[in-house]
Order: sequence, then C-alpha cells, then structure tokens
Amino acid sequence: MTTEARRDPDALLRQVTEEERRAQRGKLTIFFGAAPGVGKTYAMLEAARSERDQKRDVVVGIVETHGRYDTAALTLGLEMLPRRKEEHRGVVLEELDIDAALARKPGLVLVDELAHTNAPGSRHAKRWQDVEELLDAAIDVYTTLNVQHIESLNDVVAQVTGVVVRETVPDRVLEEAFEVRLVDLPPDELLERLAEGKVYLPDQARRAVENFFRKGNLIALRELALRRTAESVDAQMRTYKTVHGIERVWPAGERILVCVSPSPASAKLVRGARRMAGSLHAEWIAAYVETPASLRMSKAGHERVAENLRLAEQLGAEAVTLSGQSAAQETIRYARSRNVTKIVVGKPTHARWRDIFRPSFLEEMVRASGDIDVEAITGEEPAGRPVRAPAQARERPALLGAYLASAAVVALTGTLAWFTFGRKHLEDVVMIYLLGIMLVAMRFGYGPSLLAAVLSVLTFDFFFVPPFYSFNVADLQHIVTFGVMFLVAVVISSLTNRIRDQADAARHRERRTASLYAMTRDLAGTRALGNLAGVAVQHLHDLFDAKVAILLPDASGRLTSAAVGPFAFAPDDKERGVVEWVWGHDKPAGLGTDTLPSAAALYLPLRDARERVGVLGVMPSDPRRFVDPEQRALLDVFATQTAAALGRARLAIEAQQAQLQMETERLRSSLLSSVSHDLRTPLGVISGAATALLEPEGLSSEARRDLLVTVYEEAQRLNRLVRNLLDMTRIASGAIKVKKEWQPLEEVVGSALNRLEEQLKGRVVDVELAPELPLVPIDAVLVEQVFINLLENATKYAPPPSPVRIAARADAERHAVVVEVADRGPGIPADQLDRVFEKFYRLPREGGGGGAGLGLAICRGVVEAHGGKIWVENREGGGAVFRFTIPTEGSPPELRVEDAG
Amino acid sequence: MTGTRILLIEDEPQMRRFLRGSLPAPAYEIVEAPTGEAGVAAAARHTPDIVLLDLGLPDLDGLEVTKRLREWMRTPIIVLSARGQDEDKVAALDAGADDYLTKPFSLSELLARIRVAQRHAAMRNEDAPAVFAFGDVAIDRAKRVVTLRGEEVRLTPIEYKLFATLVAHAGRVMTYQQLLKEVWGPRFATQRQYLHVYMGHLRSKLEQKPAHPRWLMTEPGVGYRLKLE
Repeated sequence: MTTEARRDPDALLRQVTEEERRAQRGKLTIFFGAAPGVGKTYAMLEAARSERDQKRDVVVGIVETHGRYDTAALTLGLEMLPRRKEEHRGVVLEELDIDAALARKPGLVLVDELAHTNAPGSRHAKRWQDVEELLDAAIDVYTTLNVQHIESLNDVVAQVTGVVVRETVPDRVLEEAFEVRLVDLPPDELLERLAEGKVYLPDQARRAVENFFRKGNLIALRELALRRTAESVDAQMRTYKTVHGIERVWPAGERILVCVSPSPASAKLVRGARRMAGSLHAEWIAAYVETPASLRMSKAGHERVAENLRLAEQLGAEAVTLSGQSAAQETIRYARSRNVTKIVVGKPTHARWRDIFRPSFLEEMVRASGDIDVEAITGEEPAGRPVRAPAQARERPALLGAYLASAAVVALTGTLAWFTFGRKHLEDVVMIYLLGIMLVAMRFGYGPSLLAAVLSVLTFDFFFVPPFYSFNVADLQHIVTFGVMFLVAVVISSLTNRIRDQADAARHRERRTASLYAMTRDLAGTRALGNLAGVAVQHLHDLFDAKVAILLPDASGRLTSAAVGPFAFAPDDKERGVVEWVWGHDKPAGLGTDTLPSAAALYLPLRDARERVGVLGVMPSDPRRFVDPEQRALLDVFATQTAAALGRARLAIEAQQAQLQMETERLRSSLLSSVSHDLRTPLGVISGAATALLEPEGLSSEARRDLLVTVYEEAQRLNRLVRNLLDMTRIASGAIKVKKEWQPLEEVVGSALNRLEEQLKGRVVDVELAPELPLVPIDAVLVEQVFINLLENATKYAPPPSPVRIAARADAERHAVVVEVADRGPGIPADQLDRVFEKFYRLPREGGGGGAGLGLAICRGVVEAHGGKIWVENREGGGAVFRFTIPTEGSPPELRVEDAG
Repeated sequence: MTGTRILLIEDEPQMRRFLRGSLPAPAYEIVEAPTGEAGVAAAARHTPDIVLLDLGLPDLDGLEVTKRLREWMRTPIIVLSARGQDEDKVAALDAGADDYLTKPFSLSELLARIRVAQRHAAMRNEDAPAVFAFGDVAIDRAKRVVTLRGEEVRLTPIEYKLFATLVAHAGRVMTYQQLLKEVWGPRFATQRQYLHVYMGHLRSKLEQKPAHPRWLMTEPGVGYRLKLE
C-alpha cells in the first residue's frame, strides 16, 4: 500500500526506499486474465519473443503449452531451462528449477501459472514465492494469472461460480507488480474456443470446470478482472503522482481494523476487509483479542484463529493479538491508539434472546466506538467469543468427577443445613446452600456449579419445603424463593468463574513473563558467545519442548552450531539448505512456514538492531506447535532477546578486538618512531664519517683513525640494536622456544663475560657464584642474552672504572636461584623502578645515545619464559641492582658419575 | 707457492667485496662463488686451502653444501652465519664444517680462525707432539699427565679424555655432539648435561676464575672451544 495520511517526511523516505528496493529488484509483469483459455500464455510468449528480438536475455523457466500447437510454436527458439523433477507418491511432477534459474541469471525469465502450488519437497510451497525470490535476485519475470486466483477475490469468485479455488496468490504480489497486462477475450469467443477444443482442461475435473465456463460466470469473471486491472492502473497512477509530487491534496488516510475470531466465517470477514482496504487504499489491521475466557477455547479454535490471522497477514494486513478483559473494549482501545477509522465486525448470527442477558459484541462495540465507524458485514459474531472447549481439553478435574463432586457437596450442605437449622429457618438453609454452590463454582467451574444450583433447588424443595418429601409446592411464595435462589446461584457461579478465569489468565501471562525474565536475566549474566547460545538453547528447550540449534557465522562467515548438548541439534545437510536460505534471505523458513515446509525444524533469522547475527532452529517434539500464533509470537520474542544478547556479545568482542588492535597499533608506531630514530643516528654517523674518509686530502692520519673507530663503534651499536629488535620480535610473537637444559650457571656467565670483554675493559667485574650452586634448567643462549643485556646496561649507565658485580645464590624457599647484576651507576628514580622493563622505555641519560629501550624488556621476556621474575632495586651506596630468579623445580637428571681417578 | 687459496661461497656482493679487500694478494688468493652449486663446482676446480661458506645461500643450505664438499674433500670449512641461524650452524658443524663466525665479525677474528684451520689441516698427516702447553697449563699425552703451574692436576679418566679432545682440536669449536661421541661414545650423543658438568669440573681444576674462564670457553647453543689466543 502506498497511502499515507499526510505527506510527512517519513512517508516520502519510505517511498524513496521503496523505489530503491524496486529498482534493485527485478520487474514483474503479470499477464492477467478472467479465465483459462483467454490466451495469457500466448500473449506472454509473444511479448517475450519481441523482448528477445530487442536483444534481451530471455529464458523460459516453465511454460505449459498443454499441447497447443500455436503456443508451442512460440516457444521455439527461446532458451528453455531444464525442469526440476520431483517424485511424489510415484508420480513425477515437473517444477520450475529455481536454483537453475538463479544460477543462469537471465535478464527475463518466463514463469507460467503464478498461482501454481509446488510439489511437496520443493523449496517454496507456492510458485509465486519462487517468483519473489527471482525478483529479489534482480531477475525480471513474466507470468500469467487468472482472476479467480487472487486471494481477496477468492470467495467472491466462489460465490459467483460455485467453484472453490484453492490456489491463491496474495494481492500484494499483484500490487507490487511492475505491470499488469490484461489479456481480454469476450465470453462468446472464449466459449467458441472452448467448443473447438482450444482450451486445455484436465480430464478429471472436466465436469466441474465445464460448469465454470457458463456464460454468466464468464461475464462476471471478466468484470472482476477488468475492475482489478483498473485498480492496479489506478494504484500505479497514484504512486506516480506521489513520487512526482503532483498530488497536492492528500486524501485522509483510512485505517481499517478487522476483528478476527475463531469462527470459520471469520476468513470471509478478513477477505471482505481486504477488499474494503483495497478500494479505500487503506492500511489494515487484523486483531484478535485474547480474553480470560478465550483461554479455555478448544485447540481447534486456537488453530482457526491462527489460520485467520495468517490469512490476513498474507493479504497484507498487520496481524495483532491483543489481550484484555473485554474483547470489544480492548479492540476499541487499540483502534484508538492506532488511529483506526473503521472497524469491521461480523454480523451477529446468534439468537436474539441472548442479547437480553449480555450485550452482543457488536452492540458493545458500537456503543464504545465513538467517532470510529463500525461496519458489520456478513460473518459470525467475531472476536472474544471463543468456541468453548470440551471440558476434557482443559487441565481440570475429570468431567464426571466434577459433577459427582458437585452433587456430593450439595448433599453435604443439605445435611449440614438439616442438622443445624432443621425446617425452621428456611432463609438460613438457603444461605448454606448458596455457600455450597459458591464452593463448587470456585473449585469445579461453570457446569458443575449449575448442576449444584439445580440440585440445591430440588433438594431444598424436597426436604425443607412443605409438603415434605415431594417436589410439589404448597405455598406460591416458595416458588419465588426457588427462582431467587437459582438466579443467585447462577450469578455467583458466573462471577466466581470469571474470577477464576482471570486468575488463570494472569497465571498464564505470568508464566510467560517469568520465563522471558528468566532467560533475559541468564542472558544478561553471560558473556561468551558460546555460553550465551547454551543459555538460550536451555531456555528455549524448556519453554517450547523442542530441540534447538543456534548457528552463528564463524571467522570465515560459515554458519556453525554454537551450542551442543542434549537440548541442541545440529542441522543435517538437507536442513543446512534451509538454514542458508534463512540466512541469505533474512526470513523465517522451514516447519510451519510456506518456505521449505518439509524441513524438520523451524528456522528464524536472528538479528539485533544493527544486523543479522545468526539463525535459530527450533525442532519441537510436536510439529504443530508453532501453528499456534501465540507460541509463534512467544518464540519470536525469545528469538529477539537471544539475538539482542548475541549481538551484544559480538559487539563486546569487536570492541575488545578494536582495543587490542589500537594497542598493537600504538606499540607499532612507538616501535617505528623509536627504531627510526635509533637506526638513523648510527647510520648518520657512519655515512658522515665515511664521506669524510673518502675525501682525498685534509685529514691527518690520527683524525682518520678516529673516524674509523667511530664508524666501527656505531656499526657495533647498530648490530646490538638489530639484535635486540630481532629478539624482541621473536619474544613478542611467541616464536621463541625455550630449550631448557640443566647446566651450571657459570657457563653462561662466563660466555657472556667473554663476549663483552671489550666493553668491560677497564673495570673490575666481580663474579660471586655461591659454591654449592645447583644446576639450573635454562636455555643457555637466551639466558646468556639476559646477562649480556644487563651487563651492557650497566656499562651504559655507569662509566668505567665503575665496578660491576654478578652474584648468584640458591633460594631454597622459592625453589629458585636468585641472580643479581649490580652496578655503581646513578641508580633508578624510585617511581620508575617498574617502568624500566617496559618496551621502548629509556631512562634519561646524560649524553643521549643508548639503545632502543628494548634490552630490559627482552630480559623480562626471557626470564618470564623461564618461569622466573625480574626486578630492579637501588643499591645502598649508589647504583642499581637487577635481580632475577630461575626456578629450579624438578630435579636434574641423574648422572652416572665416575669415581675420582 | 702462491698464497692461501680461499674459496668464498657467498651470495652478497658487499660481503665478497669486504673479504676480497681484506684478504689481499699475494698472501691470499680469493675464488668467489655466489651460489652453493657454483661453490661446489669451484671447490672441485680450484682445490682451495680454506672454504668460507655463507649459510644464507639462495640455492642450497649450508648443511647441504657442507655434506657435498665433505663427500670428497677434507679442506677446512669455516661457516659464516648470521644471528638466528644457530641450528643451521650446528648442523653444518656436525656435518663436518670446522668452525664458524657470526656476522658481523672482525678481520682479526677471521684471520685467527683461518690460522687455526690451516694449522689443523697441516697437522692432519703428522703426529701431534706429546706435550702441549698454554698459559700455566700443560698436558703430556704420552704420560697422560696434566699440570697447572707445574703441579700435577688430578683428573678423572673422563675429565682427562675430554680435556685431551679439546686440546687435540685447540682453537676450534667442538659441538656438543662431537665431544659426546668422542669422549663417551655414540650412545651418549644427546646427554649434554654430562658435558656441562664435566666442563664445570675441568674449569674448576684448570681455570683461575671458573666463572670468567680464559681458556675453556662455552659457545652457548653450539659447544666448547679451547681458546688459545
């Protein structure tokens, strides 16, 4: 529908988005006719041929020529898609192969018979759904349709022709069509063609169909078709005017609400409302009111309500289920809240006397409606007057038991009254009886309490009213007593009943709310995606008695089951097809829907406010469970909750990743700036010195030597820097493997000192390893690097001849060897003792220079990789002492030591 | 006789230029090969006295070149490795390379290695002298006696064998595997902790400061070397 009350920005925006959607979508052209045989297929093929001649990519998806030569001739030279063969009960049925069509992706595809019902096992129940999918894939479609297949005209056609057509197409499809081309043939000519055998008729239905082709019928159908075409032309015109801003004066928007009831006639009411809405270009709503009483409705009644609401939805209505005390009042309240201008109700069909006791729904409605029009059209009294369920359908005591119990209660109250008051105080006796009736009403419900009322009157008459032990009545006054007693009993029972129903309804609602709350709470308390899925599966299982699957896209975008366990199921390959469809189309499919209904489970798209999150699969133990719209609606609510929670979790993960990435980025940029600085300094010195050396003259040999020493030293510094960078990268990326071997610590100390011989020249290196130092499990290469870095650090901050001390001792308590490297440099400011081990952290130092601030970070990485700790303290008397531990847990391998020779 | 003929198998031109310039004629004669294949071919054609083998060749890895050369020639091979190639280096040494140098290295280091390699090559066909001395330490292989400042040092048979092995290869690096095979036998080739412990014993008996040794050097991750200069 394109109508809106005012030309507000939202409406225009919707219009524009609608236009965009249409532009991306394929265009649907419907060849529309009044009856079979008017030549729709022929016209379609002709049109397709002329399109092909204009170099369009035309493909025949499926066309039934029914052996007609001239029609078949037209298909010659057109590319035909292979048909999909579906075997059903031994019969091979040929269907449009939608996947082949989607894969071929032609510019235009011909699909005959839009109203066709697909063979069981097809993806969609109806061919028009196939066509929708083709249109969604931006493929243009030509198709044919007869007027009797239009959903809203379905019953009119049935009335006119007496033939009920089962295959229908929602009006929406027709309304959204790009073009409706009427293929018209006067009835006389059609009848002539029929007589010539030019119209294909299936044999088995020949009789019924011949009945259909009476002239009167054909005239009526032709009129319907012409009118419908005119309507769609009108709609196009209106759309055009809207888009191009021609229509200045906007008609007052109509909004229609139709009251749906469990009555079978309600479907007719819905269709009538659809026609009304269509001719008024109005939005329309189909509403069903759940009253306390309706909870006791039979299962069949529930299903009919569901069917009627679904029908309304298919016809383009917004279907809502309301809940309230009074159907009429709730409907009016809702109608006002939605600015409804017209309410459509069914004409009452019940006997008139009933209105004396309680006002009819219609009457109540008319009274309360105020400025809203109420239109009564043919149908039964709708809404809120449920078909009563047989008592056994309820969860109440067994029927017979309840009535027996009510009789027993009457007997008991009678006996009690007899022994308490005898025959003296008849008014008190009546009170006792009423008390009994009330108890029965509270406990057993309406029927038994009525029985109790009747029995009470009878026993009262029999035992207490003269003449005794007879149903005769002497005094006329007692007749009035009986009457009043009976009436009071009825009123009490109905009141009590209503209270009980209300309580039931409240309980029912409360249960739903409670389970929703429970799930929401559990979901809110869970963080990880996988756990969330588990929680959702658990709750959905409990509430719907179903196995549940939650499928979420993994890193590569493939949908994978996020939850496993006794309540979860994993869709098999066939079901996965449904899952993929739901994911791709963002629409529900599978069990209980019109798309891929043969699936074992119902699949819903999970989407949060932002985007699609995953797919929910529900496989109820009772396959008919989700036919009930209430259950379905409840499932939708749960699905929404689940999707929101999953979306939230995913957002959290994304935020975390973004944070991590930012951190990495920050580190990388500080690395870059640090490295570029530290590399550039020595490089600058080296190349500067080299250019000076290349000068042929002007340098004394002493100056030359100085320059060469500088070049050498700076090259050494570059080497250290590159080495550190390399080590840091390996540690940071986790690529470093610690190959521990039990060995004496002195080996690594010795080799480190050996390597730094040159740098340590001119100072005292004091090595003090405890004499009984145990073997330590270390990676000698890495730990040597720790010593080298610590010693280099010491030489950097404490110039010669400042001494350096290396010491190590076993710490039995910590099961570790504690190593220290101490200098007599300036020490470290107390507030920076922890920071020196951070990457790229450098203490400010006189004369600048130094490394990239990686040496100590590498030390920490290596020590921690050995399971130890590293820290630094300031020494008494000046200087810093770096300490680290090497855990010695476990025992060194046994050595077979020879006797000293 | 011309100078020492050195086969330089190295793909980086800058490195070749540096070595060419640093090892001048007539003391040295440099034969250059930029790939492993060319290197093996050049070794056959030129019969070099020393092979300097870079580990980062584009076609063959150092282990492969070492193996191919060792199939038919005993010329000393000195491996030139970069940092991070420790495993390749050890594999090449175990496969028969004589020594290694880690880039960047100084010319004096290179010359020292070449000298040691040449000396070992020259001694290969002669009997080693019974007495060998360095610093305060002396070993008399005929009498199986080791002395420190003239005093006899009591060594266990394994300590003695280990020390003698290092002395026999003085100046060269000995990998853990080579030492273990030679001293303990092939069955012990992976039992490195024996080596660590016995080297510790030797240091404490022969070195003045075992934690800051002068002679018995550790090359972490590779092995040990008796350093002479």
